[in-house]
Amino acid sequence: MLHVEHLKKTYGEGVRAVEAIGDVSLEIRENELVCIVGPSGCGKTTLLKCMSGLLPPTSGEVRLGDERVSGPPERMALVFQEYSRSLYPWMTVRQNVAFPLKRKRLGKDEARRLVEEAVGSVGLSGALDRYPWQLSGGMQQRVAIARALAYQPDILLMDEPFASVDAQTRADLEDLVLEVRRRYGVTIVFVTHDIDESVYLSDRIMVLTPSPTEVQEVLTVDLPQPRDQVATKELPEFAHLRGHVWRSIKRRQADEDAGGAAAPHVTSAG
Amino acid sequence: MRRERLLGGALEIAVPILLLVLWGVWSSASDTYYFPPLTDILTTFRETWLFDRFGSDVVPSLVRLGLGFGLACVAGVVLGMALGLHPTLRRLTDPVVQFLRSIPPPALLPFGILVMGVGNSMKVFIIAFVCVWPVLLNTIDGVAGVDPTLRETSRVYGVTSRDRLFHVTLPAATPQVFAGMRTSLSLALILMVISEMVASTNGIGYFVLQSQRTFAIPEMWSGILLLGILGYVLNAGFVLIERRVLRWHRGARASSLS
Repeated sequence: MLHVEHLKKTYGEGVRAVEAIGDVSLEIRENELVCIVGPSGCGKTTLLKCMSGLLPPTSGEVRLGDERVSGPPERMALVFQEYSRSLYPWMTVRQNVAFPLKRKRLGKDEARRLVEEAVGSVGLSGALDRYPWQLSGGMQQRVAIARALAYQPDILLMDEPFASVDAQTRADLEDLVLEVRRRYGVTIVFVTHDIDESVYLSDRIMVLTPSPTEVQEVLTVDLPQPRDQVATKELPEFAHLRGHVWRSIKRRQADEDAGGAAAPHVTSAG
Repeated sequence: MRRERLLGGALEIAVPILLLVLWGVWSSASDTYYFPPLTDILTTFRETWLFDRFGSDVVPSLVRLGLGFGLACVAGVVLGMALGLHPTLRRLTDPVVQFLRSIPPPALLPFGILVMGVGNSMKVFIIAFVCVWPVLLNTIDGVAGVDPTLRETSRVYGVTSRDRLFHVTLPAATPQVFAGMRTSLSLALILMVISEMVASTNGIGYFVLQSQRTFAIPEMWSGILLLGILGYVLNAGFVLIERRVLRWHRGARASSLS
């Protein structure tokens, strides 16, 4: 459903140009949850911003369905890492979630229903009329997720959404993502630098190389559904996959450090 | 904690009263012509301002101040939004803005009198002209400094430019807009007095100068006292409104610091 073809992104011009994304091609299929992992500073966020239409690519293209993405498409929502800066602090939870719906020109009752259902599905019905800054970090990110869900996108992009919450909250939020995905049947692209998280959540994992970014490896995750924080993580397959992704990233980093400036383009589809 | 706060609050009230008492005691024995006893000043204050000259002098002064300040706020916010959103426009106009705001305000009085006479419009113009800069510059800063994540969020969700302007950019800039307005409010009071002293037939500033010229020293003091009280009350009222409007801002800041 989402196609990225030979995407390239360079910041700046001339001698000071920085090549953030070298050459990325990938495909996200309908209804799947794909995690994009890679070492820190590997251009994950840049890639996601190009995919969402927030940043124009230097060359190559992004297509959603049959349409070329040139600005944020109406069928797409994005959850940012910095929840505290992505929610509007002068609006209550209800207003925050309802604000993007204006574009959809729904009836008042319909909009209200969507808002309450979405906020309910992230377990915050009691906080509808509170302000984001009155909530904890994890709850704020739930509000951001509810806002994305109420918008009813076909595809949801998430940019390291749980990077700044504590471990317990993080586990809860991961399960929340899996649950809303089942309920809303939405396609999810999830960027993270946490390998455990990527294996736990994904149907497929895309491992990126360090900058200038390319796709190093695509892995299929065959762990049984529904996933469980304890049982799934005890499976030998989980440990195997986790180790595989880990080595995949580390090996590449070691190659880079060893002075392999022009490392070969490795892609193995799985 | 609670006791400390109570003590602080009590002191806040006690210190001004103490100073007044000291002034009263010190001046009661005074036979200096220029520093009449405080009791004389207070008596004059009551006779003059409650409410003999209220309609004839206080009201015109407040009208000038209100109109000038109000105009400055509207113009400052509207122009500030336009300049804040368009970097090219901002660069083009920056030298002019910096030049105009550098003119010492009283220097404009002769021009104002020449073009608009000694009436209200001249005074409102002078007040507005001076008050517009802090509002304008702060609005520009506030609008240009809206958090990029906030702006990207609006883009992702296809928020229309109209909604973005009124529901994202403007609210995000209000903390700075209010800071500018508060600076302007004290400027407005100063310019009101100056413009009334230079050319006027009524107003508190006019009254103070006129009293001094006719050696009505307690009257002069009562006018100064009134201006001080006026400044204090205006600022307190403004802070009250600001707290209400920017409740979210204080809350968000407090939670991000904790």
